[in-house]
Amino acid sequence: MLAQADAQLRLTSLVRAIQLAVVVALFAAWVWVTSSHAINPLFLPGPLPVVNALARLVGTPDFWAAVGVTTLTTSIAYAIAVTAGILLGFFIGRSPTLTAAYRPVLSGVFAIPLTLIFPLFVVMFGLGPPSKIAFGALYGFFPIVLNTIAGFSGIDPLFLRAARSQGASRAQTLRHIYLPGAWPVVLTGLRIGFFITFASVLGGETLSSASGVGHAIAHEGDLLDSPPMFAWIAIVLAVTVLLNLALTVVEKRAVRSA
Amino acid sequence: MQSAARRPLSASAIRWWTIAVLIVLWEVTARLFGDPSFVAPPSRVLAALIPTIFGDPKLTQALGMALFEMVTAFVLAVLAGATVGIAIGITTLGRRSLFPFVLLLFGLPQVTVLPLVILIFGLGPASRIAFGFTHGVLPIIVTTVTGMRTVNPLLLASARSQGASQAQILRHIIFPTMVASVFTGLRLAMSLTLLGVILAELFVSSNGIGNYTQIFAETFKPASLYAVILVLAITAVALNEIVGLVEKRFSRWKQG
Repeated sequence: MLAQADAQLRLTSLVRAIQLAVVVALFAAWVWVTSSHAINPLFLPGPLPVVNALARLVGTPDFWAAVGVTTLTTSIAYAIAVTAGILLGFFIGRSPTLTAAYRPVLSGVFAIPLTLIFPLFVVMFGLGPPSKIAFGALYGFFPIVLNTIAGFSGIDPLFLRAARSQGASRAQTLRHIYLPGAWPVVLTGLRIGFFITFASVLGGETLSSASGVGHAIAHEGDLLDSPPMFAWIAIVLAVTVLLNLALTVVEKRAVRSA
Repeated sequence: MQSAARRPLSASAIRWWTIAVLIVLWEVTARLFGDPSFVAPPSRVLAALIPTIFGDPKLTQALGMALFEMVTAFVLAVLAGATVGIAIGITTLGRRSLFPFVLLLFGLPQVTVLPLVILIFGLGPASRIAFGFTHGVLPIIVTTVTGMRTVNPLLLASARSQGASQAQILRHIIFPTMVASVFTGLRLAMSLTLLGVILAELFVSSNGIGNYTQIFAETFKPASLYAVILVLAITAVALNEIVGLVEKRFSRWKQG
């Protein structure tokens, strides 16, 4: 027993050592490849120019303007996706017939690259944030509605019959049967939906737009100025990782409290 | 007695009625309220379909090229993803130390590096294949590694104790239990590969599909724009269906 725990501990420290070695090796390779000019600095600038560009970028008002546009656009799009996804998912997921009717269509449409529709949104809503809101809301809607359907349709009908036979009201059934059963699955949908909405807003801004973070990245690319482009990419990736960690913690707490 | 007409609609009837109603609604609102330079009703899109797609040989070629890019990127992603996935998942040490990096990459919005990919691979098909590949390869690695994890350790131990080689273990124990998760991975990879290729196609407006969506939008030809999008959407549905059909085939073979 003790030997097993010991082996487990040794494995964990070995795992950590390998992970650290990978990170160090990647960083060393980055420094070596860029300082020896083995790679075109346009494709991969060295760490120092990127850090300098990052420091310069954060001080400019343009930086905060772009961050503000993307934050606001993502928030509005996500609010629409959540409202529509939860309402429709609840409506469909409670009925086995409606679930059988609509779930295959919704998951089939979600497997199509909806980015195809983005040019239509640009034509209809223009280059500004509204076309990104429509696009982000549309893309984020699907994982939310699909998970909400999965959550509510996955409730054991025995529980429902038991609640009804004991005279539970509609509100009581919702509070004590539907919500605790569906909540964890719905929450996962909300988390996935957020990241898809965020990525879609960035994607829309990258494809065609005059403002926002996605536009800034594409713009630096057009100028062939890669250090600030890498700085922007690093910021977006860092924010995504942090948000992911935060939302995973929130999700675990919320599931436990339900 | 309830008459037959009062019987509730079947699920598929509800599905098709909804789709029909939505199409009619689109037709009516587009004709009544839509500005014809921005919005096209479905009847006009259908009428524009053949002339748009086959009227300009360059557009026909661009659509064919897009299909080629999707298939190439997908095949490359499956081959590379399965190889890397098996290499990482075959040992507990590899899985526990390297798999978190894969999951980290998989959670990131790849569209942020799209301008960089175009910078490196140029404006042609290479960048679209590369971007489709990076979208498709991660889900394959993830599902390969998680699929290998579901293998019963007792089976592995007994095979090893009877002197089975690593290749024999892969062939007879690991592969058969992986089938389900492999197909989940293939479906996800196909859908994401399509996304990557389409994103890169639309980003470059000087050639390929992006050129035509730009032209049709700027010259107020919504019917042609919708037609191009419809053809690509149908292509995507068809490619997804093929993966689904192969899956059905394969699971039937496995059962009997």
